[in-house]
Amino acid sequence: MPTPILEIRNLQVTFNTPVGPLVAVRGVDIDVHAGEMLAVVGESGSGKSVSFLAAMGLLPRSATVTGSALLDGQQLVGMTPKQMRSVRGRLMSMIFQDPLSALNPVHRVGAQITEMLRAHTKMSERAANARAVELLEIVGIPQPGDRAMQYPHEFSGGMRQRVVIAMAIANSPKVLIADEPTTALDVTVQAQILEVIQRVQVQFGTAVVLITHDLGVVARVCERVNVMYAGCFVERGNVHGIFEQPTHPYTRGLLASLPQTGVGRLVPIAGFPPNMLRPPSGCAFRARCDHAVEACGSAIPPLVPVGESESACIRASELMGRK
Amino acid sequence: MLKYVVRRLAWSIPTLCFVTFLVYVALRIGTNPVESYKRINPRASPEKIAQYIDVNGLDPNYVRGYFRWLVNFITLDWPRSIKGSREVAPALKDALANTLRLGTAASVVGITVGLLLGIFAALRPGGRRDVAVNTAAFVGISIPPYVSAILFQLFFAVYWSRWFGSTLFPTSGVYPPGQTGFNLGLMIRHMVLPTMVVAIQIIAVYARYMRSSLLDVLSSEYMRTARSKGISERRVLFKHGLRNALIPVVTIAALDVGSIVGGLIITENIFSYPGMGKYFLSAFGEGDFPLLMPWMVLIVFSVLLFNLLADVSYAWLDPRIRLE
Repeated sequence: MPTPILEIRNLQVTFNTPVGPLVAVRGVDIDVHAGEMLAVVGESGSGKSVSFLAAMGLLPRSATVTGSALLDGQQLVGMTPKQMRSVRGRLMSMIFQDPLSALNPVHRVGAQITEMLRAHTKMSERAANARAVELLEIVGIPQPGDRAMQYPHEFSGGMRQRVVIAMAIANSPKVLIADEPTTALDVTVQAQILEVIQRVQVQFGTAVVLITHDLGVVARVCERVNVMYAGCFVERGNVHGIFEQPTHPYTRGLLASLPQTGVGRLVPIAGFPPNMLRPPSGCAFRARCDHAVEACGSAIPPLVPVGESESACIRASELMGRK
Repeated sequence: MLKYVVRRLAWSIPTLCFVTFLVYVALRIGTNPVESYKRINPRASPEKIAQYIDVNGLDPNYVRGYFRWLVNFITLDWPRSIKGSREVAPALKDALANTLRLGTAASVVGITVGLLLGIFAALRPGGRRDVAVNTAAFVGISIPPYVSAILFQLFFAVYWSRWFGSTLFPTSGVYPPGQTGFNLGLMIRHMVLPTMVVAIQIIAVYARYMRSSLLDVLSSEYMRTARSKGISERRVLFKHGLRNALIPVVTIAALDVGSIVGGLIITENIFSYPGMGKYFLSAFGEGDFPLLMPWMVLIVFSVLLFNLLADVSYAWLDPRIRLE
């Protein structure tokens, strides 16, 4: 296997809060390979966005980041703000969840894209304007020349997200972090936006990390899946493997809570995620797990190969056959 | 936009007429202009009184009287003041010029310093300088001008002359008694203390506005987007942060500056500063109807004008606002 373009090792993120340290990410490893579409799945607060915001240096001052994140051989953790700025928007960029609040309401859409271009290249204003219009066309905005002169509030939700994507890919980054890019959109628009992301992934050779809690989206577009729970990865592997034979009880719970035709009621996962101000010992999921045994509480279980995937459940192989 | 401004200006004429009618009625009921005249001119002949009633539009019928007053006002045939029989227009013009000079100086100093302090505080919310600015603003707002004015007079004039032999800043008027003609240096020295008194209030208020407005903007998502572009922190703050944070502040500033034309009544009186506030208080004390009405018209007009200005500046700064 080639060396990954983004290699994260033992990344930990702690927020200093008035009531004590909150451990949001507890040592995650992840490899993103050039040009792939990778999914990071988990519920709200599981640390999936925080991990990548940490890699981009976009967390507030109250956050402490340790571990390693190598982007194309460059260590991102501990970079000076100036070095970090030259990486952000050039090698790695981000698409945010809510396209309305992600765009500045008082600047024209075109200007917001050219700002990205001119931050990293010595492009003339005219060339940047022309390129911005081109980018708007690539993401499928009709009449891009006129639209570039408009303000964000004159765009629909889906169109705004296209603008955000155009901005993010302006400098053909190696890695694009898509943080719940379709969550704030209509279902009908979601598919179109995923299509746009897939198109730029192919056209620009960009690796895409799709952060989402929507397993339906994952099944449609991703090759590999990482499932996150309480700041750790609990399962990782090929999309088909995980959908057909989940090895971790949490993943199984997630899949069971998906709406399916022909099946009566949705099955929620009982209980609540743990309070990360006082993270539990051992497997964080054990309080909600039907299969928990005493040994689950002894240490955070590492990811070990189980069948085609990797699982952080100590009883994974034992439970495999049972379902 | 131009069409909107023209329409608003056209609408301000009936508004102005309606409000001045209310003011006219209120003044007639509140001050009884005819009695005021008789009190100040006890030996006026019946013909004189009748003439006074006629030129001021003091007909017993308010509506008829108001229109008589309006015609005289528009044709610039303004009656003389009751007390001293002075021309009203030059007196009003002087008062307005003095107040505008004081108000502009205090607004420029106050808003500039206030905004800077607000930005300074918002950049590190909860930090030491944030606490310092908040405390100072709280103290500034809590001290009424009649307290700070007297403290300044005590310190810069009374005690200063006791310690150093002469006062640092004069405590009253625009010029020393006996001064004739224009003298910029003297004028500025006389303005220092009243400007400080007014500016303290403005600084305190605007530091708070700016702080909260900027904090609001700093936590918004487009600031994170701007940061994710890899542009400099300074550019993030100025191009994306301040531009948005200033929208509400500029609108409030336009309204505030408009209300200054009404005079800084307390400050002007403490410093015997001959501006609009002092003009009003002395005219009102005498029930001097011919002096009061043009003052009122000017105030109403300035409020209307600066309201329009606030709306226009809002639309100009925020593309989401469209003026219809």
